[in-house]
Amino acid sequence: MPGDVAIEVEDLRKDYGSHQAVRGISFTVRRGEVFGLLGPNGAGKTTTVEILEGFRERTRGRVAVLGMDPGDRPLALRERIGIVLQSSGLYRHLTVREAVSHWAGLYVAPRDVEETIALSGLEAAAEQRTLTLSGGQQRRLDFALALVGDPELVFLDEPTTGFDPAARRQAWETVRSLQDLGKTVLLTTHYLDEAQALADRVAIIKDGAILAEGAPSELGSATPRYRVAWHDADGTPHQHETADPTRLLHELTGAALARGERVHDLSVAQPSLEDVYLELTAEGAE
Amino acid sequence: MSDHVLDPVSRARPRARGRVAWRQAAWRQYRLERKMFWRNPSAAFFNFLLPLLFLALFGAIFAGQEADLQVIVPGIAGMAVMSTTFSALAMNITYLRESGVLKRIHGTPLPTSAYLAGIAGNAITNTALQVGLITLAGSVVFGLDWPHDWAALVVFVVLGVGCFASLGVALSHAIPNFDSAPAYVNAVFLPVIFISGVFYDADNAPGFLRGIAEALPLKHLIDGLSGAMVSGAGLRDNASGLLVLALWGGAGFVLAVRGFSWDSRRR
Repeated sequence: MPGDVAIEVEDLRKDYGSHQAVRGISFTVRRGEVFGLLGPNGAGKTTTVEILEGFRERTRGRVAVLGMDPGDRPLALRERIGIVLQSSGLYRHLTVREAVSHWAGLYVAPRDVEETIALSGLEAAAEQRTLTLSGGQQRRLDFALALVGDPELVFLDEPTTGFDPAARRQAWETVRSLQDLGKTVLLTTHYLDEAQALADRVAIIKDGAILAEGAPSELGSATPRYRVAWHDADGTPHQHETADPTRLLHELTGAALARGERVHDLSVAQPSLEDVYLELTAEGAE
Repeated sequence: MSDHVLDPVSRARPRARGRVAWRQAAWRQYRLERKMFWRNPSAAFFNFLLPLLFLALFGAIFAGQEADLQVIVPGIAGMAVMSTTFSALAMNITYLRESGVLKRIHGTPLPTSAYLAGIAGNAITNTALQVGLITLAGSVVFGLDWPHDWAALVVFVVLGVGCFASLGVALSHAIPNFDSAPAYVNAVFLPVIFISGVFYDADNAPGFLRGIAEALPLKHLIDGLSGAMVSGAGLRDNASGLLVLALWGGAGFVLAVRGFSWDSRRR
């Protein structure tokens, strides 16, 4: 395996009793990239990430995180990763600065405490006890505690769920700054726009299986399809999907011209990532 | 994890990184726990002031009645050992687990044993402070003699701490969420302190209650403390009590370790 791979997952499976939460997924995350696991709730995103973080044992499959098996929970791995869990508690009676400073002491080569507080946008709240923080501020403290160890790889499990739009934008900025610092990020989200905005590559996951994988721009046009829509003379809507719209358009406009009619509301569009996502994750879709 | 062995791909970047020394990690955690303890008013009250308040009240009621004071002082000392370890740890571990603090800690390089040592050290400090204050109050305020057998006092306190701390952690595994933690803890703590002779001489209790108390560890701890502080009965006289404490402690330790979970119960 080349040295630029941060995470390698091969045929990963996880069963809870008879329920198959993850059914044999494979993907690779390269160093320095932001990789998004995109999928609806219950798709198996958190199970996958928590196996990679070393919180859960896998049923089968091969997993390497920074070249190590997270199932063995090696201390050397925990030194080099930062984890933002979907939800996790805080020491309520500590101030923000005390919490970040304590966490810094858990690592051999931590980042500067003040710098980390600033990076997370918590300067104004540094002297507040954590129990007085707003939801958004608590999430920023989650970031700060995950980053203060100066990790190479950061796991973000649904980092903006429940945020208002302004707080989401701020969290996005923090993730982008991680990328600027050269960190590798594994992000899970059920927000399509978040994956589009942040991820270099995205895997769409549903019912424990990966349905599609690629750059957000590629995913939208993975299958070169065009959707041609129009209304005919009496207002009836029509819609056709085709790999090559040239012939269809030619016939359509030719027939209209021959009848002396107009083609109303004609549009030709390529499906966006959103269309792909909705189609792939729709009920009953395979 | 031997059935899905990883390829030896570990060309992990040879980063000259060691690890934080265990002793340093445990000490920092201990200091943090102490700081948080004093900042949490309800913890400070229930773990610290309540036994002292009980001692003051009963001391006032029994003022001058030396025989009663000789029962109540070691009784409250035994209760203090149980509340600072058993009750405090059962509540604390449940809170830390259910709120997700344990899971967050589990994802850091902090060694598990150093973390638990910090938490246990915090509880033991409270016990030592309490027993010290109660002993002091017994002699200075209530006019009892100083403990006759310091060695026996230390042995019983240490064994009591180990026993009740293990049982407290073990109980936390049975508590499903933090809201119900006080109910679980007090459902054990209150009956046990009443039948074990904290507030009266347990030997005067009806036979069936005495039988139950004999099977539980607190009465033996109080008997041992009473021997050390009042009657002068030493370790040899209370050997069976030591054995009962050790058995409960051993069982508690196994259950505490086996059932330990870093993750909250709600899934």
